[in-house]
This record gives sequence, structure tokens and C-alpha cells, in this order.
Amino acid sequence: MSTHVADAHDGQHHDDQHEDHGLTDFGYVKVAIGLAIVTAIEVALSYMKDDLGKLFLPLLLALMAFKFFMVVLYFMHLKFDSRWFMLLFYMGLFLALGVYLAALCTFKFFGS
Amino acid sequence: MADIALHDAVEHGGHDDHDDHGAHHSATGLSNNKLAMWLFLGSECLLFGGLISTYMLYRGRHSENAGPDQFWDIPFTSASSFVLLMSSLTMVLAVSAAKRGDDRNTKVWLSVTAMLGSMFVAGQVYEFTTFHKEGLGFGTSLFSSSFFTLTGFHGVHVSVGIVMLLAVAGMVAKDRIPGDKAEVVELIGLYWHFVDIIWILIFTLVYLIPA
Repeated sequence: MSTHVADAHDGQHHDDQHEDHGLTDFGYVKVAIGLAIVTAIEVALSYMKDDLGKLFLPLLLALMAFKFFMVVLYFMHLKFDSRWFMLLFYMGLFLALGVYLAALCTFKFFGS
Repeated sequence: MADIALHDAVEHGGHDDHDDHGAHHSATGLSNNKLAMWLFLGSECLLFGGLISTYMLYRGRHSENAGPDQFWDIPFTSASSFVLLMSSLTMVLAVSAAKRGDDRNTKVWLSVTAMLGSMFVAGQVYEFTTFHKEGLGFGTSLFSSSFFTLTGFHGVHVSVGIVMLLAVAGMVAKDRIPGDKAEVVELIGLYWHFVDIIWILIFTLVYLIPA
């Protein structure tokens, strides 16, 4: 993140990047194509769960996380924007994960 | 924290109140509106975190012939997911056009995004209707209650987003947006992308991973 900002200030922009720290329209189209391909792979994997065995769940979760962070970082500009925004968003996200883990543990240990 | 504030103040110019477009800025040089939107989205993570947790805990609580495997139509839901994913692309293109000051393309992309969002909501209404006809009602089981609550809340968020998109498209057309037009479109865009990332989670956790 800090490396990227430093590069932007030095004027060393990547081909797909705008002056205002975002991607070009073509860059966004490429990200969307990538997301569509990953979605297709996810759907294909869901039909191969018996063949994949124990790999099925981690693979699907990894692809889900990849799509999630691609949208957050590129479409929501979090990669190019202030770290304050990243802090606010990730605070909520990790708190939500904590809520889920707490609920899961509660049901695991105290559930009937 | 102090390092971030100092860095951002330098990076964003350290304005105390307004920029050239009339947007309000905090002492860190950041837009108050954007800060508020990110804070709101952070709090929305908690709402959906709770709903997804509830679904994950109750997904196995159903009678033998009324579980997810009997009702899910993966090809149909995949098509809906693709439509919502593409609406994120059209939304980001609207934001990009707004930043260039291209009102015509901003209106077009906002309208296309609203149209794709409407297709997604229509698909969800069709899906809910089909489930209901097949015997999966809100009160059928803990599984169905948590499923309809989670996806229903998401559908309401998409519907609110469509209303906001159409309102902003209309305001851009009539040049009635006070202050920074690009920032207003960007804020709506952040909300829309958030709705999309929540669906990315729901699609995998609810539909693709078997109970």
C-alpha cells in the first residue's frame, strides 16, 4: 500500500492506472472479466465436490475471498484510497468475523 | 494512528473545510461524506455478519425433504450472481465517467446499473415465489427462516440501491447535485459495491457449499 502511494507520487503509474489513483476503464473491464471467470470456476467446482474431497471447501472459500478483495480493492478503490477508509471497513469486517466465531463457539459448547 | 493521520493530511492536502468542488473535508484532508459512508459500511458488515452467522448455524435445522439440496437452482442463481457482478462493473464505469465530468456517460452507466440491479431483484422474487410454491415458506423451519431473512435483507439493500441510483441519475440529468457531483456518484458506488461483496459471500456460503 505505502509502496504504491509512493510510486504514484513519483509518477510511476502502471499502464492500467489513472492519474487519480484508480484504474482505467479498460482496467476495470479486465477485473470484471477476471471476476466472471472465477465465478464460473466456483460454479464448476460445486458440481465436483465428490471428486475434490477435502479440497472442495478450502478451494471455494479461497475463490470467494479472492472475489471479495478484488471488488473491495479495485472497484471500491480501497487499494488507492486513504488508509483511514481501510481501517474503518476492516474494523467492521473483523468484528463481524469475531461475532460469527463467538456465536459458533457458543452453540458448540453450550448448545443443546 | 498518528502516522496515518499525518500521512493522509500530507497526501490529501490537509484542507480543513472545502475543496474546489465544494465537498467538506476533515482535519485529515479526507471527505467527511466518504468517512461517514465507510463507517456505515463497516457497521453493515456487522449486520450481515450476524445474519450470515445465524444462517450458518441453522442451515442444518430442517426436515428430511425440505433442505437446501431439494430447492436450490444453482444455474439460475449463478446467472443472477453474474448479473450483479456485472452491475459492479457498470457502477465503477459511472464513477469513472463522473470523475471525468462526463455527465452523459454517468447517466447511462447509472441507468444500466439500476437495470441490472432490477434484473437481480426480479430473479430473487422469482426464486422466492418458486420456493414458496414448492413448500419452503418463511416459517417452515429454522433453516428457511434464516435463509429468507438473510437473502431478504440483501434484496432490500439492492432495492434501496436501485432507488438511489435512479435518483442520482435523474439529478445528474437535471444538474441538481449540489457540491461535488463525482463524490456523490462515488458514495452511491461504494454502497452498490458493498451490496455486491455481500452477495459474493452469500452465493458461496449459502448456495455453493452444501449443508
